[in-house]
Amino acid sequence: MQPSDTKTAVQAVRYGATAIALHWLVALLLLCGAAMGLYMVGLELSPAKLKLYSWHKWVGVSIFLVALVRVLWRLTHPAPPPPASLPAWQQRAAWQTHALLYLLLFVIPLSGWLMSSALGVQVVYFGVLPLPDLVQKDKVLGEQLKLLHLSLNVTLLLLVALHVAAALKHHLLDRDDVLRRMLPARRPLR
Amino acid sequence: MVRALLCISLVLGAALPAAAQRVSAIDLARSEIRFTGKQMGVPADGRFGRFSAQVDFDPAKPAAARASVEIDLNSFDSGTPELDTEVKRKPWLNLAVFPSAKFVSTAFKPLGGNRYEIAGKLSIKGQTRDITAPITLRKDGAATVFEGAFTLLRLQFGIGDGPWADTDTVANEVQVRFKLTSLAK
Repeated sequence: MQPSDTKTAVQAVRYGATAIALHWLVALLLLCGAAMGLYMVGLELSPAKLKLYSWHKWVGVSIFLVALVRVLWRLTHPAPPPPASLPAWQQRAAWQTHALLYLLLFVIPLSGWLMSSALGVQVVYFGVLPLPDLVQKDKVLGEQLKLLHLSLNVTLLLLVALHVAAALKHHLLDRDDVLRRMLPARRPLR
Repeated sequence: MVRALLCISLVLGAALPAAAQRVSAIDLARSEIRFTGKQMGVPADGRFGRFSAQVDFDPAKPAAARASVEIDLNSFDSGTPELDTEVKRKPWLNLAVFPSAKFVSTAFKPLGGNRYEIAGKLSIKGQTRDITAPITLRKDGAATVFEGAFTLLRLQFGIGDGPWADTDTVANEVQVRFKLTSLAK
């Protein structure tokens, strides 16, 4: 193989700049959304609490929208293949984890939207764009959706932990490029 | 003043058969007072379940009409218990000291057709302010229905003081809508 061919082959295993940006944008939004969500529920009713609830909802809607863009982007820009050396079960596990993560990026904001509707506090994106209420005001349903929203988030956090652990395992133990190919291109991959 | 006395004497003289459209009593079961506030751009609405209202309206002399409404603020009902509890506390309506709100009309101006403008004094939380509200009048069977709305500026009455005075979180404007239906006789 010529050196230039090698370079081409190496570049093909990276995620594209857009895919990388979208991935880290979702990571950042998730971190903010989860932190606000965990903190705000314990607060006494105050202007700060109302602000946090609204911001949390705006973050959720944003995650849904960015996830939508990500799926469309991924369908038109295939992800680089996993390392050929990776055992089949790990490839399967990676695919399943990613599919579930994507699914939750849609389902969790939806559960929050449903919950807001049932509890009678409409979602108004950035305070200006009202989203239609999906269900009638219903206290019992609202409480059930609250539990669903929490359970889905716990599931997501566990999957994110698994996702991070797997990336670190690739980077530190397998010493391959699986993590690095999702990082902004500073250095060429090995 | 003469006119007011005349009105009172007319009300007291209600033994006379009332003219078809003369309104002198309100059917509370078919009347309502609703409100909509906003927090972070999110509308929150509700109603007052208990209030009393006196209206004296003679279509022949609309400018002499008078109205007064007293609202039991403990009947604040937004459908969200956490909010209902909060609004009764000291920074908001301070119900322990000011359990009711009162409106007394000072003028009733015909605007043409079935439209009128009512002006009066609204007292909430120890503060009295002048307000005006457009009113439309319509017939509902034998009853007369007065419907109107106005924008209440909560901070004029000290509703939501301290940190709650921040109007970026809770808007100063509260839309109040009322419907008073006369007792059909």
